[in-house]
Amino acid sequence: MSNPTKLIPTPGQTVGPFYGYALPYAKDRELLAPGSAGSIRLQGTVYDGAGHPVPDAILEIWQADAEGQIPQRTGSLVRDGYTFTGFGRSAVGNTGAFTFTTVNPGPTEPGAAPFISVVVFARGLMNRLFTRVYLPENEAALAADPLLASLEPERRQTLIARRDPDGGLSWDIRLQGDGETVFLDFDGASAGADSAGDASK
Amino acid sequence: MPEEINLEIFNADPITEDVSDAAPDAPTKAATKAVPALDTAAESQQILNDEMNALGDAYARARQNGAPAETQPRLDYAPYRSSILRHPTKSLHHADPETIELYSPAFGHMDVHALEADLTIQHNGEPLGERILVSGRVLDGDGRPVAGQLVEIWQANSAGRYIHKRDQHPAPLDPNFTGVGRCITGADGSYSFTTIKPGAYPWKNHLNAWRPAHIHFSLFGQEFTQRIVTQMYFPGDALFALDPIYQSIVDQDARDRLVATYNHDQTKPEWALAYNWDIVLTGSKRTWTENEALGAEGDDHE
Repeated sequence: MSNPTKLIPTPGQTVGPFYGYALPYAKDRELLAPGSAGSIRLQGTVYDGAGHPVPDAILEIWQADAEGQIPQRTGSLVRDGYTFTGFGRSAVGNTGAFTFTTVNPGPTEPGAAPFISVVVFARGLMNRLFTRVYLPENEAALAADPLLASLEPERRQTLIARRDPDGGLSWDIRLQGDGETVFLDFDGASAGADSAGDASK
Repeated sequence: MPEEINLEIFNADPITEDVSDAAPDAPTKAATKAVPALDTAAESQQILNDEMNALGDAYARARQNGAPAETQPRLDYAPYRSSILRHPTKSLHHADPETIELYSPAFGHMDVHALEADLTIQHNGEPLGERILVSGRVLDGDGRPVAGQLVEIWQANSAGRYIHKRDQHPAPLDPNFTGVGRCITGADGSYSFTTIKPGAYPWKNHLNAWRPAHIHFSLFGQEFTQRIVTQMYFPGDALFALDPIYQSIVDQDARDRLVATYNHDQTKPEWALAYNWDIVLTGSKRTWTENEALGAEGDDHE
């Protein structure tokens, strides 16, 4: 920690295998009712380093509404069917697939590239991973995005969804290996979580 | 939380390494007190201890040579075998949080009923085990209370059994204990749960692997970048040194931050023991308004 007056964060730990009776809740992945006006499907699969689907991961998304406004309304856990709270949670199924029903987020600032913030938990994953999924349109905004601009083209692509014929978004998460998704560190080099120290065995 | 727990809606994902290898659809063997056959081909605790000790020694040497303290678990920690194919091999990419990431979803009493913080009253009878209070505060990295935010917990029962249908450890389920709780933090960042002390349980990382007793915690901050899921442990557990999940945090000071403190002053006399555990999230990246810094009411602010 660079600033000694700061408190040191509590370590994370794996979500383990038994979150399934605790974290999921009714309509957890339905930020909007499926099929309702303006709703889209965000879908994808979580893969491990061998290219196999990960059947015990759970994802959360957090996003602006279609106008780019950041929701600050309660009710994510007990959805009333009308209030867009911007938060959703989806455990993957046996095939590693997840699905959310949501809206295309609008740009939160004029000209900004719209994205959905994503956090990934899984058995076997020691700590949560943050990432983003960007909408594929508006190439000028994507090109100007500070994060995307800091990435090599092939890595950059891991953060951009594909637009499905039905208007939805497809986006896979690869925890390791070819096409490994870009995962984010918001705290600078101090986290020491992934590669610091001597990893020799 | 549903009154009736529907086992079919529980996470139906196949768990291969972490649970007993009894067939999921096998008839219950409780009556015969069957013990699962040991997988003698599995690696021994000694092999795991050697690996964990080598990683710990290397960290100690690195520290002596001036390496910074590691405050989080290693994503690449091979003694937890399931992590081998599930950790990113590329460094996390630094990003400055933007807009949406500088805010957190809002939760309130619309989302969580006050009774959900008591895991001992969710059924008709008293759960078996040692009744405990677990309380503390959620703070951000600047020491500010995280007010009005969601805390979720889940845990095994006092016999070391989760109600999850893929948990095939042949320890008894408790019809009076589900092991799931939620609360919304108070204006001072405080949370408090009433529960029973969970038991240790075996898993399939290696032969005769046992998890130290723990409670899973899921926490939100005032910014989405502060989101964490972690585990709280109990002081003095003899299994700490043997557990690759706890040991994935290679720094002892950092490990200690996951261990609750027994607090006799907070016990309910002749009714429940008490543990304290404060949680510190990462530092704030946002410039706070005065109202936010004072602490939100934590309810349905729109």
